[in-house]
Amino acid sequence: MSFEAKRLWKLALGPVLILMSAAVVGAEVNQVNMSQGATEVGRDIYNLHMLILGICTVIGIGVFGVMFYSIIYHRKSKGVTPATFHESTKVEIAWTVVPFLILISMAVPATSTLLDIYDYEDAEMDIMITGYQWKWKYEYLNENGENVSFFSNLRTPQSEIYNTEDKGQHYLLEVDEPVVIPVDTKVRLLVTANDVIHSWWVPELAVKKDAIPGFINEAWTRASETGIYRGQCAELCGKDHGFMPIVVNVVSRDEYNDWLGAKQAEAAEIKALMAQTFTMDELMERGEAVYQRACLACHGAKGEGGLGKAIAGSPLATGELGAHLDVGINGVPGTAMQAFGGQMNDVDMAAVITYQRNAFGNNMGDMVQPIDVFNYKKG
Amino acid sequence: MGDHHHGPAKGLSRWLFTTNHKDIGTMYLWFSFAMFILGGFFAMVIRAELFQPGMQLVEPAFFNQMTTLHGLVMVFGAIMPSFVGLANWLIPMMIGAPDMALPRMNNWSFWILPPTFLLLASTLFMEGGAPAFGWTFYAPLSTTYAPPSVTFFIFSVHVLGLSSIMGSINIIATVMNMRAPGMTYMKMPLFVWTWLITAFLLVAVMPVLAGAVTMMLMDIHFGTSFFSAAGGGDPVLFQHVFWFFGHPEVYIIILPAFGVVSQIIPAFSRKPLFGYDSMVYATASIAFLSFIVWAHHMYTVGMPVAGELFFMYATMLIAVPTGVKVFNWVTTMWRGALTFETPMLFCIGFLVLFTIGGFTGLMLSIAPSDFQYHDSYFVVAHFHYVMVAGAVFSMSAAVYYWLPKWCGKMYNEAMGKTHFWISFIGFNLTFFPQHFVGLAGMPRRIPDYALQFADFNMMSSIGAFIYGASQILFLYNVIATIVAGKPVSDDKVWEGAEGLEWTVPTPAPYHTFETPPRIDPDHVHS
Repeated sequence: MSFEAKRLWKLALGPVLILMSAAVVGAEVNQVNMSQGATEVGRDIYNLHMLILGICTVIGIGVFGVMFYSIIYHRKSKGVTPATFHESTKVEIAWTVVPFLILISMAVPATSTLLDIYDYEDAEMDIMITGYQWKWKYEYLNENGENVSFFSNLRTPQSEIYNTEDKGQHYLLEVDEPVVIPVDTKVRLLVTANDVIHSWWVPELAVKKDAIPGFINEAWTRASETGIYRGQCAELCGKDHGFMPIVVNVVSRDEYNDWLGAKQAEAAEIKALMAQTFTMDELMERGEAVYQRACLACHGAKGEGGLGKAIAGSPLATGELGAHLDVGINGVPGTAMQAFGGQMNDVDMAAVITYQRNAFGNNMGDMVQPIDVFNYKKG
Repeated sequence: MGDHHHGPAKGLSRWLFTTNHKDIGTMYLWFSFAMFILGGFFAMVIRAELFQPGMQLVEPAFFNQMTTLHGLVMVFGAIMPSFVGLANWLIPMMIGAPDMALPRMNNWSFWILPPTFLLLASTLFMEGGAPAFGWTFYAPLSTTYAPPSVTFFIFSVHVLGLSSIMGSINIIATVMNMRAPGMTYMKMPLFVWTWLITAFLLVAVMPVLAGAVTMMLMDIHFGTSFFSAAGGGDPVLFQHVFWFFGHPEVYIIILPAFGVVSQIIPAFSRKPLFGYDSMVYATASIAFLSFIVWAHHMYTVGMPVAGELFFMYATMLIAVPTGVKVFNWVTTMWRGALTFETPMLFCIGFLVLFTIGGFTGLMLSIAPSDFQYHDSYFVVAHFHYVMVAGAVFSMSAAVYYWLPKWCGKMYNEAMGKTHFWISFIGFNLTFFPQHFVGLAGMPRRIPDYALQFADFNMMSSIGAFIYGASQILFLYNVIATIVAGKPVSDDKVWEGAEGLEWTVPTPAPYHTFETPPRIDPDHVHS
């Protein structure tokens, strides 16, 4: 099937899919209007939007009505003689004052909604959101227990972006790890950035806030329905501005607590693992999982390369260990190879480097332990 | 000496050394059209990449260079110089002056433009590529994270500012000092009024832009931290400074367009402009308001709520004088005797589309709603309705309207009308669906998009190709007119045309109004 035919097929199937997966919300295919979203603020904004659109439409019909009446009936070919009037103070005052009054009728609801958006008080939980080129980091600022923090990367593979594979339903709007928040809870979002300005936008949650390096902005949301909500970075932030989506998973309180508990346990586990020494098998097993999550998209399932260089038989993966660690931790500036040191824990880094050196026919036989990564980072 | 009429010099030196307002106007117009084609070509690359989801033609980094250069070239290379060209041709002829007040500076302000754009375009071939941070060049993307070519960009902006300031001073000096006896301010054609006000705006804000790019230069090369929090600066400061220039800038683009429309609608309605005085006051009010609304481009940067409210109320107020203008134009048509030659068609197109752009502008001014519109395709749709349908449509109208006076030949009316209809259809097909995808959540300045936006984007791209192609017809029509158009000999080319420019012979001789014309004191205004 050609790409076109496939898309038409998907288009036809789109509404069916949406009906079938009622929990999946988000922009519908060929949506033409703002969505009301899943928050009260979102509904207020939608109503405001419709109110002003309505007023503009009425005025537009009036103005264009008069204009087209003239175009039809006051044309020279109808043999009319032009009038000569060219001013009327009364009329001029009327169409200065009346629009002013209409504006006041718009300003009143707008002001009240704005004040509501700016009311950050009484938030039940805080999430720190940091924009990076080109991914988001989420930190749950909990008062007790392990801090939970993770990066959220685009999950769409390069092969879909470069059209060698069919595009999935959530093309460009899917991440490896969504941010999870509980329903009916006022969540305060503290938004900042690590490098350039980004902007965190989820239309259904009615939040758009610029992430500015060195400054922390506040926003809040309270989702009244569970579901998966998708958004994107809204401020031009460089090359991959179009490739840093946001996925928010709104779940019931119980589910949230379970999720948070699991994440905290995971964080505690990682902490414990950091001090541990692993066997080759353990490192290889963990390394394979990390590879598939973090490296495969660019370096290929068999290390054969793609957007990134080949790992199978590469001089780096079969060369000196220090140089290999350096690329993994610090990336290669000016290329798509990111610095993974800040977004991958030392256990995973140790495992994936070990894996790369001992898989795909690379048989270096050496191992990297978490403590090696830790020491390398310290210099 | 009195009867000594000398014509233009011959060859290249005529154009290089000319101080004649008509020659300089012609050069500005051709240069801006060349830039319009270049900027349009960049737009075609953008729309071709966005034709389908997925990356097909260009890489994301290059895509960003295209959006940046498209914006810069269109704003600073196409639209602004085109209206300066129009001002050069028309202001002296409209106020009964023999030339511009500062003719040598006039030559200079034009001739620094082409090398500047050559420099800007050459950044495409530099290591690291052309500027890729959008025409709004927000720091720190445009400073710490910018390609090396940013320094050339900064130099270009400085020189463009210099050119604009010189052009503006010239217009102010001309209008204030060289009006024919009896041509009082309230008798000046509205085009002259709107340009006078625009020139003041330019003189006020171009130095601010120069300040912004100078601060960038210092941050990049001299270790300052104006826009870097790490050194005690603030990236948001950049946006305040930029938009203090940038908001008046959009009125700089649109006010001369208002002037053009205010000349042409009465001509083809065969009825004087309704509410001349209120048009002047409305223009001045818009200009004043443009200085106190800049932060409505920044509702999401995290301003205090009091600031947010101030900028929202001030911005909403702009709807009042803008509304007055639209009502006046419509009332001018009311009970006129209308004909629909190409200039009139473009003006009606302007009126319809600019009004739609005004409505979406009002919607965008509402801060809470803007949290959803901001940086989405809704904004892209809005400003193209204002910029393209506002500035480019009125510019097309102006060319068709005054071309017979300039070259003494009549353009092909059928081809002109075809140009209008293809433009109108292509334009709406391009930009109307962008409202939809923006409201549905598509961010601007992305090289690839989610599947649900695919159909409207394809429509948009098809529209853009149609609109782009229609400009070739325009170019052809203009050249065909100059080369082999049907000669016109009436001074007053159009039945309903009013104003001093229609009292000089057709084509307008190289020198006009060497002796000032007599202005009828009872004539209200032209």
